[in-house]
Amino acid sequence: MSHGTLPVYWRLFVAGFQQQTAYPLAMFGGLVANLTFGFLKVAMLFATVRAAGASVQGYTVGTMSAYIWLSQGMLGSINLNGRIDLADRIKTGDVAVDFLRPVNVQLATVATEAGKAVFALIPRAVPSVAIGSLAVGMTMPRTPAPYLLGAVSLLAGIVISFSTVYLVAVVGFWLIETRGIQIFYMVVSGFFAGLFVPISLFPSWLLAIAQATPFPSMMMYPVDVLTARTTGAAAYGLVGVQFAWLGATLLVGHLLTVVGRRKLEVQGG
Amino acid sequence: MGTPVHFTEIGVAPGRFAGYRAVLASRMRSQRSYRSNFITDLSSSAVVGLIELAEVWLLFHQVTVLGGLTFRQVLLVFGVADLCFSIADLFVGHCDNLPTYIRAGTLDVFYLRPQPLLLQLMTSDISLRRLTRAGIGLASLVIGLSINEIHWSTSTVLLLALTLVCATAIFAAMFVWAAGVQFFLIQGAEFTNAFVYGGRYAATQTAAVWSTPLKVLFGFVFPMALTAYLPALRLLGLPGPAGLPNWLAWCTPLAVLWIWAFALGMWRLGVRHYQGGGG
Repeated sequence: MSHGTLPVYWRLFVAGFQQQTAYPLAMFGGLVANLTFGFLKVAMLFATVRAAGASVQGYTVGTMSAYIWLSQGMLGSINLNGRIDLADRIKTGDVAVDFLRPVNVQLATVATEAGKAVFALIPRAVPSVAIGSLAVGMTMPRTPAPYLLGAVSLLAGIVISFSTVYLVAVVGFWLIETRGIQIFYMVVSGFFAGLFVPISLFPSWLLAIAQATPFPSMMMYPVDVLTARTTGAAAYGLVGVQFAWLGATLLVGHLLTVVGRRKLEVQGG
Repeated sequence: MGTPVHFTEIGVAPGRFAGYRAVLASRMRSQRSYRSNFITDLSSSAVVGLIELAEVWLLFHQVTVLGGLTFRQVLLVFGVADLCFSIADLFVGHCDNLPTYIRAGTLDVFYLRPQPLLLQLMTSDISLRRLTRAGIGLASLVIGLSINEIHWSTSTVLLLALTLVCATAIFAAMFVWAAGVQFFLIQGAEFTNAFVYGGRYAATQTAAVWSTPLKVLFGFVFPMALTAYLPALRLLGLPGPAGLPNWLAWCTPLAVLWIWAFALGMWRLGVRHYQGGGG
Protein backbone atom coordinates (compact mmCIF):
# COMPACT_ATOMS: atom_id res chain seq x y z
CA MET A 1 0.00 0.00 0.00
CA SER A 2 2.83 2.38 0.93
CA HIS A 3 4.66 2.30 -2.37
CA GLY A 4 2.83 3.74 -5.31
CA THR A 5 -0.25 4.95 -3.40
CA LEU A 6 -0.19 8.44 -4.82
CA PRO A 7 0.07 7.28 -8.46
CA VAL A 8 -3.15 5.26 -7.98
CA TYR A 9 -5.18 8.36 -7.16
CA TRP A 10 -3.33 10.28 -9.84
CA ARG A 11 -4.30 7.59 -12.35
CA LEU A 12 -7.94 7.76 -11.20
CA PHE A 13 -7.77 11.54 -11.63
CA VAL A 14 -6.45 11.07 -15.18
CA ALA A 15 -9.09 8.40 -15.89
CA GLY A 16 -11.84 10.79 -14.80
CA PHE A 17 -10.33 13.45 -17.05
CA GLN A 18 -10.25 11.08 -20.04
CA GLN A 19 -13.76 9.75 -19.40
CA GLN A 20 -15.22 13.18 -20.07
CA THR A 21 -13.66 13.42 -23.53
CA ALA A 22 -16.25 10.84 -24.62
CA TYR A 23 -19.16 13.28 -24.29
CA PRO A 24 -18.46 16.23 -26.60
CA LEU A 25 -22.16 16.95 -27.17
CA ALA A 26 -22.81 17.13 -23.44
CA MET A 27 -19.93 19.58 -23.13
CA PHE A 28 -21.34 21.67 -25.99
CA GLY A 29 -24.76 21.70 -24.33
CA GLY A 30 -23.16 22.85 -21.10
CA LEU A 31 -21.34 25.64 -22.90
CA VAL A 32 -24.59 26.88 -24.49
CA ALA A 33 -26.19 26.92 -21.03
CA ASN A 34 -23.21 28.81 -19.57
CA LEU A 35 -23.41 31.45 -22.29
CA THR A 36 -27.20 31.91 -22.13
CA PHE A 37 -27.22 32.34 -18.38
CA GLY A 38 -24.06 34.45 -18.65
CA PHE A 39 -25.65 36.99 -20.97
CA LEU A 40 -28.81 37.15 -18.82
CA LYS A 41 -26.59 37.81 -15.78
CA VAL A 42 -24.69 40.45 -17.74
CA ALA A 43 -27.97 42.23 -18.50
CA MET A 44 -29.20 42.29 -14.90
CA LEU A 45 -25.90 42.88 -13.10
CA PHE A 46 -24.56 45.51 -15.51
CA ALA A 47 -27.88 47.35 -15.16
CA THR A 48 -27.48 47.15 -11.37
CA VAL A 49 -23.94 48.59 -11.51
CA ARG A 50 -25.07 51.42 -13.80
CA ALA A 51 -28.19 52.17 -11.74
CA ALA A 52 -25.97 52.42 -8.65
CA GLY A 53 -23.74 54.96 -10.42
CA ALA A 54 -20.82 53.08 -12.05
CA SER A 55 -19.95 50.99 -9.00
CA VAL A 56 -21.78 48.68 -6.60
CA GLN A 57 -19.91 47.31 -3.54
CA GLY A 58 -16.63 47.89 -5.38
CA TYR A 59 -17.77 46.16 -8.58
CA THR A 60 -17.45 48.14 -11.81
CA VAL A 61 -18.90 46.92 -15.10
CA GLY A 62 -15.48 45.41 -15.96
CA THR A 63 -14.96 43.52 -12.70
CA MET A 64 -18.62 42.44 -12.62
CA SER A 65 -18.09 40.99 -16.09
CA ALA A 66 -15.00 39.12 -14.88
CA TYR A 67 -17.05 37.71 -11.96
CA ILE A 68 -19.88 36.64 -14.30
CA TRP A 69 -17.76 34.86 -16.91
CA LEU A 70 -15.35 33.19 -14.50
CA SER A 71 -18.21 31.90 -12.36
CA GLN A 72 -20.13 30.72 -15.44
CA GLY A 73 -16.99 29.02 -16.72
CA MET A 74 -16.44 27.21 -13.41
CA LEU A 75 -20.00 25.91 -13.42
CA GLY A 76 -19.08 22.74 -15.28
CA SER A 77 -16.34 21.94 -12.79
CA ILE A 78 -17.89 22.73 -9.42
CA ASN A 79 -20.50 20.27 -8.17
CA LEU A 80 -23.46 22.44 -7.19
CA ASN A 81 -26.16 19.84 -7.79
CA GLY A 82 -25.23 17.42 -5.01
CA ARG A 83 -25.39 14.43 -7.35
CA ILE A 84 -22.62 11.85 -7.38
CA ASP A 85 -22.57 8.24 -8.65
CA LEU A 86 -21.45 6.98 -5.24
CA ALA A 87 -24.87 7.82 -3.75
CA ASP A 88 -26.52 5.21 -6.00
CA ARG A 89 -23.82 2.65 -5.21
CA ILE A 90 -24.46 3.09 -1.49
CA LYS A 91 -28.22 2.81 -2.01
CA THR A 92 -27.92 -0.43 -3.99
CA GLY A 93 -25.10 -1.85 -1.86
CA ASP A 94 -22.68 -1.94 -4.83
CA VAL A 95 -20.31 0.11 -2.70
CA ALA A 96 -19.43 -3.15 -0.92
CA VAL A 97 -17.38 -4.02 -4.02
CA ASP A 98 -15.60 -0.66 -3.81
CA PHE A 99 -14.60 -1.45 -0.23
CA LEU A 100 -12.94 -4.66 -1.41
CA ARG A 101 -10.56 -2.75 -3.66
CA PRO A 102 -7.14 -1.82 -2.27
CA VAL A 103 -7.86 1.91 -2.48
CA ASN A 104 -9.48 4.37 -0.13
CA VAL A 105 -13.09 4.80 -1.34
CA GLN A 106 -13.25 8.45 -0.32
CA LEU A 107 -9.99 9.51 -1.98
CA ALA A 108 -10.70 7.43 -5.09
CA THR A 109 -14.15 9.03 -5.49
CA VAL A 110 -12.89 12.56 -4.98
CA ALA A 111 -9.90 12.01 -7.30
CA THR A 112 -12.06 10.62 -10.14
CA GLU A 113 -14.65 13.37 -9.85
CA ALA A 114 -11.95 16.06 -9.65
CA GLY A 115 -10.39 14.63 -12.83
CA LYS A 116 -13.72 14.97 -14.67
CA ALA A 117 -14.10 18.48 -13.30
CA VAL A 118 -10.64 19.67 -14.35
CA PHE A 119 -11.29 18.36 -17.87
CA ALA A 120 -14.51 20.38 -18.02
CA LEU A 121 -12.44 23.56 -17.64
CA ILE A 122 -11.15 23.09 -21.19
CA PRO A 123 -14.43 22.88 -23.16
CA ARG A 124 -16.49 25.04 -20.80
CA ALA A 125 -14.42 27.53 -18.82
CA VAL A 126 -12.04 28.58 -21.58
CA PRO A 127 -14.73 29.29 -24.24
CA SER A 128 -17.07 30.92 -21.69
CA VAL A 129 -14.39 33.34 -20.55
CA ALA A 130 -13.16 33.93 -24.12
CA ILE A 131 -16.61 34.60 -25.60
CA GLY A 132 -17.68 36.68 -22.61
CA SER A 133 -14.59 38.86 -22.71
CA LEU A 134 -14.83 39.36 -26.47
CA ALA A 135 -18.54 40.21 -26.32
CA VAL A 136 -18.68 42.56 -23.34
CA GLY A 137 -15.07 42.97 -22.16
CA MET A 138 -13.78 42.29 -18.66
CA THR A 139 -11.25 43.73 -16.25
CA MET A 140 -8.59 41.23 -15.24
CA PRO A 141 -5.37 41.70 -13.22
CA ARG A 142 -2.16 42.48 -15.15
CA THR A 143 0.27 40.86 -12.72
CA PRO A 144 0.99 37.11 -12.50
CA ALA A 145 0.44 36.75 -8.72
CA PRO A 146 -3.41 36.61 -8.73
CA TYR A 147 -3.33 33.96 -11.46
CA LEU A 148 -0.83 31.75 -9.62
CA LEU A 149 -2.66 31.91 -6.30
CA GLY A 150 -5.94 31.81 -8.24
CA ALA A 151 -5.03 28.50 -9.86
CA VAL A 152 -4.42 26.98 -6.42
CA SER A 153 -7.67 28.49 -5.16
CA LEU A 154 -9.61 27.21 -8.18
CA LEU A 155 -8.31 23.67 -7.76
CA ALA A 156 -9.09 23.80 -4.04
CA GLY A 157 -12.61 25.03 -4.84
CA ILE A 158 -13.19 22.13 -7.25
CA VAL A 159 -11.99 19.53 -4.74
CA ILE A 160 -13.99 21.08 -1.85
CA SER A 161 -17.18 20.80 -3.90
CA PHE A 162 -16.60 17.05 -4.31
CA SER A 163 -15.41 16.42 -0.75
CA THR A 164 -18.64 18.12 0.40
CA VAL A 165 -20.91 16.25 -2.03
CA TYR A 166 -19.20 13.07 -0.80
CA LEU A 167 -20.67 13.86 2.64
CA VAL A 168 -24.15 14.05 1.10
CA ALA A 169 -23.62 10.60 -0.43
CA VAL A 170 -22.25 8.83 2.67
CA VAL A 171 -25.18 9.99 4.80
CA GLY A 172 -26.88 7.31 2.68
CA PHE A 173 -25.31 4.65 4.94
CA TRP A 174 -27.92 5.69 7.50
CA LEU A 175 -30.74 7.17 5.39
CA ILE A 176 -30.61 4.93 2.26
CA GLU A 177 -32.58 7.58 0.29
CA THR A 178 -30.56 10.82 0.23
CA ARG A 179 -32.53 12.61 -2.50
CA GLY A 180 -34.03 15.07 -0.02
CA ILE A 181 -30.59 16.15 1.23
CA GLN A 182 -29.22 16.22 -2.30
CA ILE A 183 -32.00 18.57 -3.42
CA PHE A 184 -31.46 20.77 -0.37
CA TYR A 185 -27.74 20.92 -1.21
CA MET A 186 -28.58 21.87 -4.80
CA VAL A 187 -30.93 24.63 -3.66
CA VAL A 188 -28.62 26.38 -1.20
CA SER A 189 -25.17 25.68 -2.70
CA GLY A 190 -25.49 27.89 -5.78
CA PHE A 191 -27.00 30.74 -3.79
CA PHE A 192 -24.29 30.76 -1.10
CA ALA A 193 -21.50 30.03 -3.61
CA GLY A 194 -22.39 33.35 -5.24
CA LEU A 195 -23.67 31.89 -8.49
CA PHE A 196 -26.37 34.44 -9.32
CA VAL A 197 -25.38 37.39 -7.14
CA PRO A 198 -21.86 37.87 -5.69
CA ILE A 199 -22.04 37.38 -1.92
CA SER A 200 -20.58 40.82 -1.21
CA LEU A 201 -23.94 42.20 -2.41
CA PHE A 202 -25.66 40.28 0.41
CA PRO A 203 -26.84 42.20 3.48
CA SER A 204 -24.44 41.54 6.40
CA TRP A 205 -26.63 38.95 8.18
CA LEU A 206 -26.99 36.89 5.02
CA LEU A 207 -23.29 37.27 4.25
CA ALA A 208 -22.47 35.90 7.72
CA ILE A 209 -24.64 32.83 7.04
CA ALA A 210 -22.97 32.28 3.66
CA GLN A 211 -19.49 32.55 5.17
CA ALA A 212 -20.36 29.93 7.77
CA THR A 213 -20.83 27.36 4.97
CA PRO A 214 -18.25 25.73 2.64
CA PHE A 215 -20.09 27.04 -0.45
CA PRO A 216 -18.26 30.38 -0.99
CA SER A 217 -15.00 28.36 -0.89
CA MET A 218 -16.17 26.47 -3.98
CA MET A 219 -16.78 29.40 -6.30
CA MET A 220 -16.79 32.90 -4.79
CA TYR A 221 -13.32 32.82 -3.19
CA PRO A 222 -11.53 31.42 -6.28
CA VAL A 223 -13.22 34.12 -8.39
CA ASP A 224 -12.26 36.82 -5.86
CA VAL A 225 -8.62 35.68 -5.90
CA LEU A 226 -8.42 35.24 -9.70
CA THR A 227 -9.92 38.66 -10.43
CA ALA A 228 -7.74 40.31 -7.75
CA ARG A 229 -10.82 41.62 -5.99
CA THR A 230 -9.03 40.24 -2.93
CA THR A 231 -5.23 40.63 -2.95
CA GLY A 232 -2.19 40.27 -0.69
CA ALA A 233 -2.59 38.82 2.78
CA ALA A 234 -6.39 38.79 2.45
CA ALA A 235 -6.11 36.58 -0.64
CA TYR A 236 -3.87 34.14 1.23
CA GLY A 237 -6.47 34.30 4.01
CA LEU A 238 -9.23 33.17 1.60
CA VAL A 239 -7.10 30.30 0.35
CA GLY A 240 -6.39 29.41 3.99
CA VAL A 241 -10.15 29.29 4.68
CA GLN A 242 -10.53 27.03 1.63
CA PHE A 243 -7.88 24.61 2.90
CA ALA A 244 -9.56 24.57 6.31
CA TRP A 245 -12.86 23.56 4.65
CA LEU A 246 -11.05 21.01 2.51
CA GLY A 247 -9.45 19.44 5.60
CA ALA A 248 -12.69 19.54 7.58
CA THR A 249 -14.85 17.98 4.86
CA LEU A 250 -12.26 15.28 4.12
CA LEU A 251 -11.92 14.44 7.83
CA VAL A 252 -15.68 14.26 8.43
CA GLY A 253 -16.04 12.23 5.24
CA HIS A 254 -13.38 9.80 6.44
CA LEU A 255 -15.06 9.36 9.84
CA LEU A 256 -18.52 8.88 8.29
CA THR A 257 -17.06 6.30 5.89
CA VAL A 258 -15.41 4.31 8.69
CA VAL A 259 -18.53 4.31 10.88
CA GLY A 260 -21.02 4.01 8.01
CA ARG A 261 -19.24 1.02 6.52
CA ARG A 262 -20.34 -1.00 9.55
CA LYS A 263 -23.92 0.12 8.99
CA LEU A 264 -23.90 -0.97 5.35
CA GLU A 265 -26.52 -3.52 4.51
CA VAL A 266 -26.31 -5.24 1.17
CA GLN A 267 -29.70 -6.36 -0.06
CA GLY A 268 -30.14 -9.70 -1.81
CA GLY A 269 -27.72 -12.55 -2.29
CA MET B 1 -63.45 -22.61 -12.24
CA GLY B 2 -65.91 -19.74 -12.28
CA THR B 3 -67.86 -18.59 -15.23
CA PRO B 4 -65.97 -16.10 -17.40
CA VAL B 5 -66.92 -12.53 -16.65
CA HIS B 6 -67.23 -10.06 -19.48
CA PHE B 7 -66.06 -6.55 -18.86
CA THR B 8 -69.27 -5.14 -20.24
CA GLU B 9 -71.13 -6.91 -17.46
CA ILE B 10 -69.07 -5.32 -14.69
CA GLY B 11 -70.06 -1.79 -15.55
CA VAL B 12 -69.84 0.91 -18.14
CA ALA B 13 -66.81 0.96 -20.41
CA PRO B 14 -64.02 3.10 -18.91
CA GLY B 15 -63.83 6.66 -20.26
CA ARG B 16 -61.13 7.78 -22.63
CA PHE B 17 -59.14 9.42 -19.87
CA ALA B 18 -59.70 6.83 -17.16
CA GLY B 19 -56.23 5.38 -17.69
CA TYR B 20 -54.51 8.74 -17.31
CA ARG B 21 -56.63 9.58 -14.26
CA ALA B 22 -55.74 6.28 -12.61
CA VAL B 23 -52.00 6.84 -13.19
CA LEU B 24 -52.09 10.40 -11.86
CA ALA B 25 -54.13 9.40 -8.82
CA SER B 26 -51.68 6.62 -8.01
CA ARG B 27 -48.74 9.01 -8.42
CA MET B 28 -50.30 11.48 -6.02
CA ARG B 29 -51.01 8.73 -3.49
CA SER B 30 -47.48 7.35 -3.73
CA GLN B 31 -45.91 10.77 -3.10
CA ARG B 32 -47.98 11.36 -0.01
CA SER B 33 -47.42 7.92 1.45
CA TYR B 34 -43.71 8.54 2.17
CA ARG B 35 -44.64 11.29 4.55
CA SER B 36 -41.21 12.47 5.74
CA ASN B 37 -39.79 12.45 2.21
CA PHE B 38 -42.82 14.37 0.97
CA ILE B 39 -42.41 17.00 3.69
CA THR B 40 -38.68 17.37 2.86
CA ASP B 41 -39.60 17.75 -0.82
CA LEU B 42 -42.28 20.34 -0.06
CA SER B 43 -39.88 22.40 2.06
CA SER B 44 -36.99 22.17 -0.45
CA SER B 45 -39.34 23.34 -3.15
CA ALA B 46 -40.46 26.29 -1.00
CA VAL B 47 -36.80 27.21 -0.40
CA VAL B 48 -36.22 27.12 -4.18
CA GLY B 49 -38.98 29.71 -4.60
CA LEU B 50 -37.67 31.87 -1.76
CA ILE B 51 -34.09 31.81 -3.07
CA GLU B 52 -35.24 32.75 -6.56
CA LEU B 53 -37.12 35.67 -5.03
CA ALA B 54 -34.04 36.57 -2.95
CA GLU B 55 -31.88 36.69 -6.10
CA VAL B 56 -34.18 39.40 -7.45
CA TRP B 57 -34.49 41.21 -4.12
CA LEU B 58 -30.70 41.31 -3.55
CA LEU B 59 -30.23 43.50 -6.62
CA PHE B 60 -32.97 45.87 -5.44
CA HIS B 61 -31.24 45.88 -2.07
CA GLN B 62 -28.44 47.78 -3.88
CA VAL B 63 -30.49 50.06 -6.15
CA THR B 64 -34.07 51.33 -5.99
CA VAL B 65 -34.94 51.26 -9.69
CA LEU B 66 -33.71 48.58 -12.10
CA GLY B 67 -34.76 48.47 -15.74
CA GLY B 68 -37.45 51.09 -15.00
CA LEU B 69 -39.15 49.09 -12.25
CA THR B 70 -39.08 49.26 -8.45
CA PHE B 71 -38.97 46.12 -6.28
CA ARG B 72 -42.71 46.45 -5.58
CA GLN B 73 -43.41 46.43 -9.30
CA VAL B 74 -40.98 43.60 -9.98
CA LEU B 75 -42.87 41.46 -7.45
CA LEU B 76 -45.68 41.41 -9.98
CA VAL B 77 -43.36 40.19 -12.75
CA PHE B 78 -41.76 37.59 -10.48
CA GLY B 79 -45.14 36.45 -9.13
CA VAL B 80 -46.72 35.78 -12.53
CA ALA B 81 -43.58 34.16 -13.96
CA ASP B 82 -42.84 31.91 -11.00
CA LEU B 83 -46.45 30.90 -10.37
CA CYS B 84 -46.99 29.91 -14.00
CA PHE B 85 -43.61 28.20 -14.36
CA SER B 86 -44.21 26.18 -11.17
CA ILE B 87 -47.65 25.05 -12.37
CA ALA B 88 -46.23 24.02 -15.76
CA ASP B 89 -43.39 22.24 -13.94
CA LEU B 90 -45.93 20.48 -11.69
CA PHE B 91 -47.78 19.02 -14.66
CA VAL B 92 -45.13 18.46 -17.36
CA GLY B 93 -41.75 19.12 -15.69
CA HIS B 94 -41.06 15.39 -15.52
CA CYS B 95 -40.63 15.43 -19.33
CA ASP B 96 -37.06 16.20 -18.18
CA ASN B 97 -36.77 12.50 -17.28
CA LEU B 98 -36.98 11.49 -20.94
CA PRO B 99 -33.17 11.17 -21.43
CA THR B 100 -33.08 8.71 -18.50
CA TYR B 101 -35.84 6.61 -20.11
CA ILE B 102 -34.06 6.71 -23.48
CA ARG B 103 -30.67 5.73 -22.03
CA ALA B 104 -32.15 2.94 -19.88
CA GLY B 105 -34.27 1.68 -22.80
CA THR B 106 -37.42 1.91 -20.67
CA LEU B 107 -39.07 4.32 -23.11
CA ASP B 108 -39.98 1.35 -25.31
CA VAL B 109 -42.51 0.26 -22.69
CA PHE B 110 -44.54 3.39 -23.46
CA TYR B 111 -44.79 2.27 -27.06
CA LEU B 112 -46.57 -0.94 -26.02
CA ARG B 113 -49.57 0.97 -24.71
CA PRO B 114 -52.35 2.11 -27.03
CA GLN B 115 -52.05 5.76 -26.01
CA PRO B 116 -50.19 8.70 -27.59
CA LEU B 117 -46.59 8.79 -26.37
CA LEU B 118 -46.53 12.48 -25.45
CA LEU B 119 -49.79 12.27 -23.51
CA GLN B 120 -48.47 9.25 -21.62
CA LEU B 121 -45.22 11.00 -20.79
CA MET B 122 -47.03 14.15 -19.63
CA THR B 123 -49.42 12.20 -17.44
CA SER B 124 -46.81 9.72 -16.20
CA ASP B 125 -46.26 11.76 -13.06
CA ILE B 126 -47.34 14.88 -11.21
CA SER B 127 -44.88 16.60 -8.92
CA LEU B 128 -46.98 17.68 -5.96
CA ARG B 129 -43.85 18.97 -4.21
CA ARG B 130 -43.91 21.95 -6.60
CA LEU B 131 -47.08 23.18 -4.88
CA THR B 132 -45.09 25.07 -2.25
CA ARG B 133 -43.01 26.79 -4.91
CA ALA B 134 -46.18 27.78 -6.74
CA GLY B 135 -47.35 29.12 -3.37
CA ILE B 136 -44.35 31.48 -3.20
CA GLY B 137 -45.17 32.70 -6.72
CA LEU B 138 -48.84 33.16 -5.83
CA ALA B 139 -47.95 35.08 -2.65
CA SER B 140 -45.62 37.40 -4.62
CA LEU B 141 -48.35 37.95 -7.19
CA VAL B 142 -51.02 38.74 -4.59
CA ILE B 143 -48.68 41.11 -2.74
CA GLY B 144 -47.61 42.67 -6.04
CA LEU B 145 -51.24 43.22 -7.05
CA SER B 146 -52.18 44.77 -3.72
CA ILE B 147 -49.24 47.16 -3.13
CA ASN B 148 -49.12 48.60 -6.64
CA GLU B 149 -51.57 51.12 -8.03
CA ILE B 150 -53.56 49.28 -10.65
CA HIS B 151 -56.63 50.79 -12.29
CA TRP B 152 -58.95 47.80 -12.11
CA SER B 153 -61.41 47.36 -14.93
CA THR B 154 -62.86 44.50 -16.93
CA SER B 155 -59.93 44.65 -19.31
CA THR B 156 -57.25 44.46 -16.59
CA VAL B 157 -58.97 41.46 -14.97
CA LEU B 158 -59.27 39.84 -18.38
CA LEU B 159 -55.61 40.55 -19.14
CA LEU B 160 -54.48 39.03 -15.84
CA ALA B 161 -56.57 35.88 -16.37
CA LEU B 162 -55.41 35.56 -19.97
CA THR B 163 -51.78 36.02 -18.91
CA LEU B 164 -51.91 33.35 -16.21
CA VAL B 165 -53.37 30.78 -18.61
CA CYS B 166 -51.12 31.65 -21.56
CA ALA B 167 -47.91 31.94 -19.52
CA THR B 168 -48.50 28.48 -18.04
CA ALA B 169 -49.12 27.10 -21.54
CA ILE B 170 -45.91 28.74 -22.84
CA PHE B 171 -43.77 27.27 -20.05
CA ALA B 172 -45.36 23.84 -20.57
CA ALA B 173 -44.50 24.01 -24.28
CA MET B 174 -40.88 24.75 -23.35
CA PHE B 175 -40.68 21.42 -21.52
CA VAL B 176 -42.24 19.63 -24.49
CA TRP B 177 -39.92 20.94 -27.22
CA ALA B 178 -36.95 20.28 -24.93
CA ALA B 179 -38.14 16.68 -24.53
CA GLY B 180 -38.43 16.29 -28.32
CA VAL B 181 -34.84 17.42 -28.80
CA GLN B 182 -33.60 14.85 -26.25
CA PHE B 183 -34.13 12.10 -28.84
CA PHE B 184 -31.23 13.67 -30.75
CA LEU B 185 -29.09 14.85 -27.84
CA ILE B 186 -29.25 11.83 -25.46
CA GLN B 187 -26.46 13.24 -23.27
CA GLY B 188 -26.97 16.93 -23.88
CA ALA B 189 -29.91 17.94 -21.68
CA GLU B 190 -27.99 21.00 -20.57
CA PHE B 191 -28.43 22.44 -24.05
CA THR B 192 -32.19 22.65 -23.62
CA ASN B 193 -31.90 23.57 -19.93
CA ALA B 194 -30.29 26.78 -21.16
CA PHE B 195 -33.64 27.78 -22.68
CA VAL B 196 -36.12 26.07 -20.35
CA TYR B 197 -34.54 27.16 -17.05
CA GLY B 198 -32.72 30.11 -18.59
CA GLY B 199 -36.16 31.07 -19.90
CA ARG B 200 -37.64 30.93 -16.42
CA TYR B 201 -34.81 33.14 -15.16
CA ALA B 202 -35.38 35.53 -18.08
CA ALA B 203 -39.14 35.61 -17.47
CA THR B 204 -38.64 36.97 -13.94
CA GLN B 205 -36.37 39.78 -15.18
CA THR B 206 -37.15 43.27 -16.41
CA ALA B 207 -36.61 42.81 -20.14
CA ALA B 208 -35.70 46.52 -20.47
CA VAL B 209 -32.14 45.62 -19.39
CA TRP B 210 -31.69 43.06 -22.19
CA SER B 211 -29.40 43.50 -25.17
CA THR B 212 -30.95 43.18 -28.65
CA PRO B 213 -29.97 39.48 -29.13
CA LEU B 214 -31.58 38.64 -25.77
CA LYS B 215 -34.72 40.57 -26.77
CA VAL B 216 -34.93 38.52 -29.98
CA LEU B 217 -34.24 35.21 -28.19
CA PHE B 218 -36.38 35.64 -25.06
CA GLY B 219 -38.82 38.23 -26.39
CA PHE B 220 -39.89 36.49 -29.58
CA VAL B 221 -38.26 33.09 -30.32
CA PHE B 222 -39.04 31.85 -26.81
CA PRO B 223 -41.63 34.45 -25.78
CA MET B 224 -40.53 34.82 -22.15
CA ALA B 225 -41.01 38.60 -21.96
CA LEU B 226 -44.67 38.04 -22.86
CA THR B 227 -45.30 35.70 -19.94
CA ALA B 228 -44.96 38.23 -17.14
CA TYR B 229 -42.95 41.38 -17.87
CA LEU B 230 -45.10 42.95 -20.60
CA PRO B 231 -48.43 42.05 -18.94
CA ALA B 232 -47.11 43.58 -15.70
CA LEU B 233 -46.16 46.78 -17.53
CA ARG B 234 -49.63 46.90 -19.07
CA LEU B 235 -51.28 46.39 -15.65
CA LEU B 236 -49.10 49.12 -14.15
CA GLY B 237 -49.77 51.46 -17.07
CA LEU B 238 -46.05 51.74 -17.95
CA PRO B 239 -44.63 51.92 -21.50
CA GLY B 240 -42.50 49.07 -22.85
CA PRO B 241 -38.80 49.37 -23.70
CA ALA B 242 -37.52 49.73 -27.27
CA GLY B 243 -38.66 46.79 -29.40
CA LEU B 244 -41.17 45.51 -26.83
CA PRO B 245 -44.27 47.77 -26.78
CA ASN B 246 -46.65 46.97 -23.93
CA TRP B 247 -49.64 46.20 -26.20
CA LEU B 248 -47.81 42.95 -26.95
CA ALA B 249 -49.22 41.86 -23.58
CA TRP B 250 -52.47 41.12 -25.44
CA CYS B 251 -50.64 38.91 -27.94
CA THR B 252 -49.87 36.06 -25.53
CA PRO B 253 -52.42 33.74 -27.23
CA LEU B 254 -50.44 34.15 -30.47
CA ALA B 255 -47.26 33.34 -28.55
CA VAL B 256 -48.95 30.21 -27.20
CA LEU B 257 -49.91 29.13 -30.74
CA TRP B 258 -46.37 29.68 -32.01
CA ILE B 259 -44.55 27.95 -29.13
CA TRP B 260 -46.91 24.95 -29.12
CA ALA B 261 -46.57 24.56 -32.88
CA PHE B 262 -42.80 24.63 -32.38
CA ALA B 263 -43.01 22.21 -29.43
CA LEU B 264 -45.19 19.66 -31.22
CA GLY B 265 -43.03 19.96 -34.34
CA MET B 266 -39.89 19.24 -32.33
CA TRP B 267 -41.63 16.37 -30.58
CA ARG B 268 -42.68 14.77 -33.88
CA LEU B 269 -39.17 15.12 -35.29
CA GLY B 270 -37.74 13.52 -32.18
CA VAL B 271 -40.16 10.60 -32.13
CA ARG B 272 -39.53 9.90 -35.83
CA HIS B 273 -35.80 9.92 -35.20
CA TYR B 274 -36.06 7.45 -32.33
CA GLN B 275 -34.91 3.95 -33.26
CA GLY B 276 -35.80 2.12 -30.06
CA GLY B 277 -33.67 0.97 -27.16
CA GLY B 278 -32.68 -2.32 -28.81
CA GLY B 279 -34.69 -4.32 -26.28
